Amino acid sequence: MTTKDAIYKYTLRLGDNALILGHRLSELCSRGPILEEDLALTNVSLDMIGRAQALLKYAAEVEAAGKTEDDLAYRRPEINYYNNLLIEQPNGDFAHTMARQLFLSVFENLFYTELEKSKDTTLAAIATKTIKEIRYHKQHAIDWTLRLGDGTAESNKRMQAAINNLWMYSGELFEMDVLDTYLLHQHIAVDAAPLKALWQKEINDVLTEAKLATPADSFMQTGSKKGIHSENLGHILSEMQYLQRAYPDATW
Amino acid sequence: MVTEQLNSNDIYNLISEIPDPEIPVITIKDLGILRDVKEINNEYIITITPTYTACPAMGMIEDQIKEILAAKGITKVKVVLTYTPAWTTDWISQEAKLKLKNYGIAPPHHSSCNKMFTAIEIVACPRCNSSHTSLISKFGSTACKALYQCSDCKETFDLFKCH
Repeated sequence: MTTKDAIYKYTLRLGDNALILGHRLSELCSRGPILEEDLALTNVSLDMIGRAQALLKYAAEVEAAGKTEDDLAYRRPEINYYNNLLIEQPNGDFAHTMARQLFLSVFENLFYTELEKSKDTTLAAIATKTIKEIRYHKQHAIDWTLRLGDGTAESNKRMQAAINNLWMYSGELFEMDVLDTYLLHQHIAVDAAPLKALWQKEINDVLTEAKLATPADSFMQTGSKKGIHSENLGHILSEMQYLQRAYPDATW
Repeated sequence: MVTEQLNSNDIYNLISEIPDPEIPVITIKDLGILRDVKEINNEYIITITPTYTACPAMGMIEDQIKEILAAKGITKVKVVLTYTPAWTTDWISQEAKLKLKNYGIAPPHHSSCNKMFTAIEIVACPRCNSSHTSLISKFGSTACKALYQCSDCKETFDLFKCH
């Protein structure tokens, strides 16, 4: 593994999280529970697509195989996507969408704050650009967690169910594999492992205030760093890649 | 065709008047989107920066820059997108903030506040200057705006978010 190969794959992983979440949230366009939330979720989606564009463009530059960000977004098979399993989970009810947003945005706020210090100047610049958007997403997710958790008996029940159902996908966010460690030694990658305790504390504080219980640590699902996904990603890709597969090179 | 001899400054002045596609009362220079114009080997390198990562106006601004320069016979133009230093609402000029207010958009308060966005912040209504306003939605009609309502004149209005 050369540093170049490692940066390519590391950037793809970050880019895929943004790309797939951007797509997931775009599915809610015109389906938000209220108009303001429709705007909010699609605004977050747009931020994610912007971040995906920046990261995948950089990945394509590093790979130097003449590809564009669109090639990377639309022309890879499922096993070559590296987004975390949490990202691809279905929108479910609004509580599930918000629990996913909460878990991820609290993580990203910690992660991208560290990435700003990366020796890779492009990754650091994208991190600085994106961190302000992440803070906004995080506040939005916390607000809704409090409102739903500390709301009616029904909203509390649903929010708790969403937290419980998605919990097993949270452990993967902090995994470090050979590639991460290799780039960490070069001060390019973020050391995600120590972020876990910070994440758990922040999440626990929000859930406690929202009158929700923090699940006990138990089995954690894993696989995305190797391209092993839940069945959901295939469904996302079949829709997201449809146009480029049906009409290769189509532009507008 | 005789091409005028234009230097980087002339080019900068020519394109600095391009209006923002979303908020046409302010220019890309006012907003701080236009960063730099350089001439290297007879090619003009124009550097712009997005307000938000996904700002959809970037492509349109690039097209407009090329169009304006092509009309002057200048075709060797390269538009480069930069993320550093990251854009903040600090880049918006005071004059532009006033233009925003007159257009009905509450300008961002002050510098780039790197703190969390809170609803406690008092936002003056750009129409009647009342401070009795409330946040309706953290997310507005574009990525850079939030939606407010004035309790005195009852109008809803956009706030250009502190970023």
